[in-house]
Amino acid sequence: MFSLADQILVLVLLINFISLGTSRLIFSIRAVAVQGVLLGILPGLMHPFSWHLVAITVVIIAVKGFVIPLLLSRAVRSAEIKREFEPFLGYVPTLLLGAVFTALSFGFAGKLPMLPDHQNYMFVPASIATLMTGFLVLTTRRKAISQVIGYLVLENGIFIFGLLLAEAMPIMVEAGALLDLLVGTFVMGIVINQIRREFSSLDTSLLTSLKEE
Amino acid sequence: MFAALIILPLIGAAVTWLIPYDRLRPKVLALFAFAHLGLTIQLLTVTPPESAGGWFHLDALGKIVLLSTSILFFTCALYSVGYLFYRRERSNRVLCIGLLVCLSAASLVTITHHLGLMWVALETTTISMAPLIYFNRNARSIEATWKYLLICSVGVALALIGLYFLAYATIVAQVEPSLLLDDLMRDAGKLSSGWVHAAFVFLLVGFGTKMGLAPLHTWKPDAYGEAPGLVGALLSGGLVNLAFLALVRVYQICLATKEIAFFQNALIVMGLFSMIIAAIFMARQADFKRMLAYSSVEHVGIMAVALGLGGTAIFGALFHVLANGLTKGILFLSSGNIHRSYNSKSTDHVRGALRRLPWSGGIFLAGFIAITGSPPFAPFISEFTIISSAFIQGQMLVGTVFLISLTVIFIGMALTVLPMVMGEAPADSETTSYRDSIWTVGPPLFLLLLIFLLGVWIPEPLMAILRDASALLEVRS
Repeated sequence: MFSLADQILVLVLLINFISLGTSRLIFSIRAVAVQGVLLGILPGLMHPFSWHLVAITVVIIAVKGFVIPLLLSRAVRSAEIKREFEPFLGYVPTLLLGAVFTALSFGFAGKLPMLPDHQNYMFVPASIATLMTGFLVLTTRRKAISQVIGYLVLENGIFIFGLLLAEAMPIMVEAGALLDLLVGTFVMGIVINQIRREFSSLDTSLLTSLKEE
Repeated sequence: MFAALIILPLIGAAVTWLIPYDRLRPKVLALFAFAHLGLTIQLLTVTPPESAGGWFHLDALGKIVLLSTSILFFTCALYSVGYLFYRRERSNRVLCIGLLVCLSAASLVTITHHLGLMWVALETTTISMAPLIYFNRNARSIEATWKYLLICSVGVALALIGLYFLAYATIVAQVEPSLLLDDLMRDAGKLSSGWVHAAFVFLLVGFGTKMGLAPLHTWKPDAYGEAPGLVGALLSGGLVNLAFLALVRVYQICLATKEIAFFQNALIVMGLFSMIIAAIFMARQADFKRMLAYSSVEHVGIMAVALGLGGTAIFGALFHVLANGLTKGILFLSSGNIHRSYNSKSTDHVRGALRRLPWSGGIFLAGFIAITGSPPFAPFISEFTIISSAFIQGQMLVGTVFLISLTVIFIGMALTVLPMVMGEAPADSETTSYRDSIWTVGPPLFLLLLIFLLGVWIPEPLMAILRDASALLEVRS
């Protein structure tokens, strides 16, 4: 079943490029939602069936695929903005950088010793590439919502790595991390609303009153 | 006992949520903070054995951080009774709930030996503090909150991938997969160095961001500058120490892997860089709360350098956790009073605070003398220990840069603080309803008394804890 998981990871990597290349915020949020659902399926492909596993799958898909995207698209709708205009770095350069980072993460992962079971699959490079993509979105975009999307992609990258650690990571810690992500996104959603009310815009480059002169 | 320490503040959070009166809530907050302090002292005197398979274990390192957090929190809770009386224009419900949730998570960080659980608790402290920075509900505070939330969340997320790398290293090494500190230290020698090095880099960047080490400190001046005084006190005296404890845990694992030199050098470089950045931005700072933020960047730098130096400097670093935490409380609480009285935190408007507010102004001045490392206050002892350790170990360059930075910072801070407290208040200064009272002056005065006492005499039980903690971080070859 690991090979099927590998194919899903290819899809996850493709979605990274969608989030790098699109300017439409709603589309970007949906892409990240699909990525969350795909990630939710992965544990089911890697471990034998148990009710425990079903519960985990349902929770992950619900949180990453539905609750968080819903919170974000509500913020987009109430802010009445559709697109990310004028990012700090254009779409083509970020796409190219994304490709470079993805290639680099395959190189980086090849250098590290791995368990024979994981040797031929791309969990580690996919994880690092997704992490870097998130970081790229986070640093090159102007709109607060795009930055939250970047943060979510980054968290997804970390999640992929976590799949290799089923034995080391107690369920309580995983659940705690997911809850923190959920509450964190919720608070970010509230802050986004306040930014809109205060600046009548979601452009974080307007947040400059606190610079050192 | 451990459970009580975590659950008690959560009960407090639920109670404050249910209370409909703004006047009553801070008193309940103070009551729960007092109970937490009592429980902490009880736990320090009679420490229960480790429980839940090594998940919960209050060692000497955790004790120091727990004690300083609990004392600071209690003082801030007392202060909130007086402070929130002047902020009746808005509800303090979210503030009180956030503080208590943060206290619960902070206690969890200090008592757990499971790095995953520690991470969850640390991230909880980050999120629970975010609404409190936004207490003033204006454009500047929303900007500060956004920067704080995003930068710290990403930072702590990077720390999580570092922890994952460590856990994967245990799987690759075919030892029992675990993120328990004691297991990791036992098996450290067998872990593959590639994964461990990658893990250390991510953990240093992640926890360094949360702690505010330069160049990852950019959120700090904004968050500390815009947050209310008591939130600033808890951020700079409490949360910083929790992140430091997390770095100390990483340090313990490094010690066990025998590859400590790499981590130590990184700490020294980042620490000294923080001190230099603080020295540059401290001078001519027109906003006194932002100045305190740079002072915090300086002091996390001092702790990082001390940890990197090792040897006797470790004692200095651990004592500085207490000394810096409590002194930051004095500075932020008294500066909050000054801010209330002048309704401004610009040094152009704030002049002659000693005349207008003899108590708050005096305490602020004493806090400045203490934080810059002058005797007879506690930070003098820790800073002196660290400097002498640097020179004894032959680290002349580190010691020299350290001393020069301290001097420049002293001058820069004095240029801001002395005009603030001395002289006459400007004639066109706004008059406000704020007057010094026992509730707003008592708490910082209490902290001042504590760091004065610690500066002249360290009680034997505390000394024993500090010695035990230093022994845990000794380099054994």
